[in-house]
Amino acid sequence: MPLKSHPKIALLGNPNSGKSSLFNHLTGLNQKIGNFPGVTVDMKSGHCKLDDNVTAELIDLPGVYSLYPRSLDEKIVFDLLSNVNHASYPDLVVVVVDASNIRRNLLLFSQIYDLGIPVVMALNMLDVAIDAGLTVDIEALKKELGIQVVQINARKGTGIEDLKKALAAPKLNAHEPMFVPSEGMELVDLVKSTYGIENTYLAYQVAQQSEDITWLDAQQKSQMAEWKREFKFYGERLQRLETVARYQKINELVSLALKEASPKKKNQLTRQLDAIFTHRIGGYLIFFFILFVIFQAIFAWASVPMDFIDSTVAQFSQWLANRLPEGVLTSLFTEGVIPGIGGVLIFVPQIALLFGFIAVLEESGYMARVVFLMDKIMRRFGLNGKSVVPLISGVACAIPAVMATRNIDNWKERIITIMVTPLMSCSARLPIYTILIAITVPDINYFGVINLHGIALMGMYLLGFFAALLSAWLMKLFMRTKERSYFIMELPLYKSPRWINVGVTIVDKVKAFVFEAGKIILAISIVLWVLASYGPGDAMDHAEENALPANWQETLSEKEAENKIAAYKLENSYAGTMGKWIEPVIKPLGFDWKIGIALITSFAAREVFVGTMATIYSVGVDADDESTIKSRMRAEINPDTGKPMYSTALSISLLIFYAFAMQCMSTVAVVYRETKGWKWPLIQTAYMTGLAYLSSLLVYQLLK
Amino acid sequence: MAEARNASQLKIGEKGIIAGFKDEPVSLKLMEMGCLPGVEISMSFTAPLGDPMCISVSGYHLALRKDEATMIYLQ
Repeated sequence: MPLKSHPKIALLGNPNSGKSSLFNHLTGLNQKIGNFPGVTVDMKSGHCKLDDNVTAELIDLPGVYSLYPRSLDEKIVFDLLSNVNHASYPDLVVVVVDASNIRRNLLLFSQIYDLGIPVVMALNMLDVAIDAGLTVDIEALKKELGIQVVQINARKGTGIEDLKKALAAPKLNAHEPMFVPSEGMELVDLVKSTYGIENTYLAYQVAQQSEDITWLDAQQKSQMAEWKREFKFYGERLQRLETVARYQKINELVSLALKEASPKKKNQLTRQLDAIFTHRIGGYLIFFFILFVIFQAIFAWASVPMDFIDSTVAQFSQWLANRLPEGVLTSLFTEGVIPGIGGVLIFVPQIALLFGFIAVLEESGYMARVVFLMDKIMRRFGLNGKSVVPLISGVACAIPAVMATRNIDNWKERIITIMVTPLMSCSARLPIYTILIAITVPDINYFGVINLHGIALMGMYLLGFFAALLSAWLMKLFMRTKERSYFIMELPLYKSPRWINVGVTIVDKVKAFVFEAGKIILAISIVLWVLASYGPGDAMDHAEENALPANWQETLSEKEAENKIAAYKLENSYAGTMGKWIEPVIKPLGFDWKIGIALITSFAAREVFVGTMATIYSVGVDADDESTIKSRMRAEINPDTGKPMYSTALSISLLIFYAFAMQCMSTVAVVYRETKGWKWPLIQTAYMTGLAYLSSLLVYQLLK
Repeated sequence: MAEARNASQLKIGEKGIIAGFKDEPVSLKLMEMGCLPGVEISMSFTAPLGDPMCISVSGYHLALRKDEATMIYLQ
């Protein structure tokens, strides 16, 4: 079969079949992530030169066990393969088949084979199969299937050139399909004639999956539902018959092409490791130790590059301010846009580290064991074992964490996970915690190693975690669903991670964060800059006269005067006006209008809090030294009581408020995107803000 | 008639041959994963809290909850 000079080739296979490794080998690092049109599923693609004349576009599809989808991501597989008009509709599909699990892998293969799209089989993991005593006769497979079958080793990267040759000259499948539906043919024929489909199995699957297909409109879907009733097309029954018939056919094929001897090695390593990692006590201890190492790494190792980014951005901003002519545009750039970009970049080290760790755990097969260990505990709270990954990720940032909920198949468990994940203390809360804890908690060391500040900080993280569990449990009671929760998951063999795959994951996640969340954070920073730089009336224009006493030159330095003006401007800006306006509402929590300003400016993103405090207490925004802000806040006197403003009661109240409140526009945006509507992000914002308000109120009133 | 034996009753290391399934959508997923009537499964180990459990089926490890295992009837 001749191929176009720029064919599209889709890569498909079971999870853990080595598909991602193969994709990375074929495309190198020449990959990009886009979106499947109309759905928010990442589409990874890359280019691969097959021979001198043909350069293919490779599309990486989500790992699936069959064409029938279980989770959100999986729906796009058939959606794409059924839509000839789709921009990414492939000219050819490569199905990666794990030879050591050949029967189960052939199920998906047989479905693709029957769709009538040209297909090439990439037979992977023959070394694992040989260890298990399995010998695959590739010639027999070729002969029986009438297509190209290529032996590869995706881990070592062997067989890739052979695969490229096969892809450049695929053989069209001229054999009989592996399965022909025996029932429901009236509907299949009707679908064929209505939608101009020639292939029987394609028409049958269109009928099966009509509800999930995006290229059918609502009217066509309801018509299909009506036809199904009319022609007694019972989807589940047919699927059951299909699966049994396919496995029968697969067994016939395997009996011709597979020799099974007694295994050479009985996956000894995996058995031994499982005995350790899923041990009654040891299993949990190891898991908590790994978590501890990850947190240690995120907070200790990431701080160096983060400080570097922070100071570089500040210096650049300063440098630009000195070079450009003074004016609105300059100040928009140096005070709005550049700090906004800095606010995005500062999270890159933590996100990179976190996803590096998660990728290693996933690649090695350990993550599946964590899910297995935690499922029963998580289930009590309406969550799923698979919720563990988003919850851990939430400690770095809720945005990628919410995106990581997609592989939770059950709708209710996925929604609950999304709803509670932002309660996990993300890295943006860390600077707030640090400052407030430093003000309130005495700096005492026990036995020289255990620091009271450290204990308080850990307490804040535990507080977030338990609040998440409790909220999940409450939501479980209130949410009704007909969908049954289930948990069926392959426990893959342990293997050492492939570092290129880890690297690619890190780059992907960082890119997704910088471009997706970054856009919103940047936009909000600009809005905040406007709110903080402009004010009602003409107070802003006369800031200099109003903020400073007439003879200020005698008492204040240039710098102090500048800071006083900045504080005066902020007080009289729109943000300041709003702060005063909400003061009656936040007074019961112990907050004054100054904290009110910080609440408003940090509504978009918590990390703005410290910067705003610095401006309000006129220590200067560029005063990077946190101790300046801390000592200034300690010295602040509450005008009503005459005692220090930041009392224990207020500090704890404020800490709890920041632990629970939904102070992050980017999370709202990503939840909107992931749940496809405003209902869940609005409920989430309301319940989190409510929880924050009530808890802070209770704490302040009790401790006051 | 006594309730048929199901996969959740297997002891660690014990084997059984699948006879059929309770009529639930979840059994479709189990079948796709290779749990078909006539196939031998063996119980490998359970999570520390006794649930979920891990069975060995056609050469690989499959984790599932006890609830799902009760849907697999054994001969």
